Amino acid sequence: MYELTNVTKTYDQSKRKVTALDNVSLSIPDGQMVAIQGPTGGGKSTLLQMLGALERPTKGTVSLGTSDLSTMADSKLAGIRAKEVGFVFQSFNLIPTLSAQENVETALAPLGVPAAERRARASAALASVGLGDRGSHRPTELSGGQQQRVAIARALVKEPDVLLADEPTGALDEQTRDEIMDLLEGVWKDRGLTLIIVTHDSAVARRAERRLTIKQGKVTEK
Amino acid sequence: MFGTYLLRELTHRRKQTAIIAIGMALAIALVIIVNGVAAGVKDAQASVLASVYGVGTDITVSQTPAAPTEGEGGAPAGGPSFDFGAADGQTTDGSTSLAQENLSAARGTETFDATALDSVLAVDNVSAATGTLTLQNTSFSGEIPDFSQMQQGAAGDGTQTGPPSGGPDGAGGSSFDVASFTVEGIDVEGEAVGPLTAATLTEGRTFTADDLGSNVVVLDSAYATSAELAVGGTMTIGGAEFEIIGLVASGSSDAATASNTYIPLDVAQTLSGLDGQVSSIYVQAASSNDITQVQTDIEDALPDATVNTQADLASSVSGSLSTASSLVSSLGTWLSVLVLAAAFLIAILFTISGVTRRTREFGTLKAIGWSNRRIVGQVAGESLVQGAIGGVVGVAVGLLGILVVNVIAPTLSASATTQQATGGFGGPGGQGGFAGGPGGQATETAAATTDITLQAPITGSIILIAVGLAILGGILAGVIGGWRAARLRPAEALRSVA
Repeated sequence: MYELTNVTKTYDQSKRKVTALDNVSLSIPDGQMVAIQGPTGGGKSTLLQMLGALERPTKGTVSLGTSDLSTMADSKLAGIRAKEVGFVFQSFNLIPTLSAQENVETALAPLGVPAAERRARASAALASVGLGDRGSHRPTELSGGQQQRVAIARALVKEPDVLLADEPTGALDEQTRDEIMDLLEGVWKDRGLTLIIVTHDSAVARRAERRLTIKQGKVTEK
Repeated sequence: MFGTYLLRELTHRRKQTAIIAIGMALAIALVIIVNGVAAGVKDAQASVLASVYGVGTDITVSQTPAAPTEGEGGAPAGGPSFDFGAADGQTTDGSTSLAQENLSAARGTETFDATALDSVLAVDNVSAATGTLTLQNTSFSGEIPDFSQMQQGAAGDGTQTGPPSGGPDGAGGSSFDVASFTVEGIDVEGEAVGPLTAATLTEGRTFTADDLGSNVVVLDSAYATSAELAVGGTMTIGGAEFEIIGLVASGSSDAATASNTYIPLDVAQTLSGLDGQVSSIYVQAASSNDITQVQTDIEDALPDATVNTQADLASSVSGSLSTASSLVSSLGTWLSVLVLAAAFLIAILFTISGVTRRTREFGTLKAIGWSNRRIVGQVAGESLVQGAIGGVVGVAVGLLGILVVNVIAPTLSASATTQQATGGFGGPGGQGGFAGGPGGQATETAAATTDITLQAPITGSIILIAVGLAILGGILAGVIGGWRAARLRPAEALRSVA
């Protein structure tokens, strides 16, 4: 379960301070599907980065279960990200020089999984997203939807407790958007993980069981 | 994963890999070629010095010759003199033939007491020492007109005997020849150090302890050929007849040995009138680490002596070999350092540039759980492989360069010079006779002038050092690039438009 208590995040930009999150307090129980909406620059991505242990708050605390993410050392945060949190990005963020299979394997490398098991699990993850026959293809040889599926496989292969998706359908057409959302929803239901999606798209947000709005750093329930 | 990712990156970014590898290869090739040529020049210098000073000689002890002063009868000292009395020579057909031979200390050398050898042997860490006497055998021969005719004409009775006659031209003229060769007195009971150690016996035998006091001589084979002398024959040195027992040649095919002739030291001392004297002491230290201390100790024991190490003697080598040595050690070394620094810089800059281009990639890897150490290791590994590729190519090019140098085999000239004081010509002395002898005006005399073919050796250590430098360059670039990657904050990296 996520627990955010009086979280504030400010950035120094060109001699002025920008407040991305302003005294946010929030609880997200395990297994919940949450959509976070809001205008550009409102703090959505910052909130997601805070939940994903990519950023520490300027003030306040962020905890995931018993782990206090706001005061942990970088190496420990990396460990949390390696084991417990899966990420899906708007631009897919696949490594261009690696094949789809190898991209999925990168998520298992920090866990010290032996090579044979790593290959087997990556292959199974790709199959679970419908790309079992595309393992040897480079990202440039895949469509946008296929690339996002590879990214989802990469996020899921380590069997995380939390899946964070930052605009996962932002770069996709309507049909592909629905396919990806079907996939994410199916994964959420099957695995019981906590799914948090940042999105502009109301059609995407409507699929979530809980919707939050963030505007000028402040979070409200919808 | 590490190997797969590394291979993919290097093959995907071929241009960057090629530029870094080529830069490193050029630097490594230059290091190998410069070091190879430097080693070849050093070997050539050692060969020249060995032909003069012998193999195994670490230190030489001598005395700096003093500038000659005016001698008796106005004749400057420093050269052999030939005195003829009125009745000397053989007179036939109006001409008088004169001949004389003189064995004296070689011009530009100063002799000193042989007991200095005991002082040297008493110094700690001296493993061997021997004294030698460097001499010059000069023979004067000539033909002059019969002066008895001139004396009759000068009797004072006013009568003239007619125009001058006699002499080699029949018209009262004279003709003189002066020939010389070098003689080195060697301690036949001495230890295996000294100028003869660099020579190879080509015919006959060399000295044994039984040759003490004997009139036997070993010749330099090149001199023997030019003087038409052979083993079993005889020659005259200092007016005494010597049996030729052996011929020696220099260990370097292009160099002559240190002297034209070698005779037992005691015989040399007696014939030259320099009993108990030596010109040089050759010293071998117990190890190369002891040389500096031994030099200092000998200087303390013999304050008036000039004590030189091989390093000091190396500076006495002149000619194009010396020029090549200076060129390699100054320009060559600095050029290698410069090119190596440039190659390292190129590798570092390209690696940093690559990391910058891959900001989002590294941010993503951090987001999915890659630690800083893993990312630094990945970047460093890629750089290391690029450096290693450059090293391998560089070694191949360097070896090719060495091969080219050895095929061309440039010939360099070398002279090992020694100190010499100024001298002058002798003047007349003694009634009815002539005295005088040739002296030197030059301040230095070449002890050995020779042509040396430059060969650059290939040593495993140079290749290992070169490959090590390439890997060092790769590691350096990787560590700096990896540090840049490690400093990336994941969130900022993901915001970056890479």
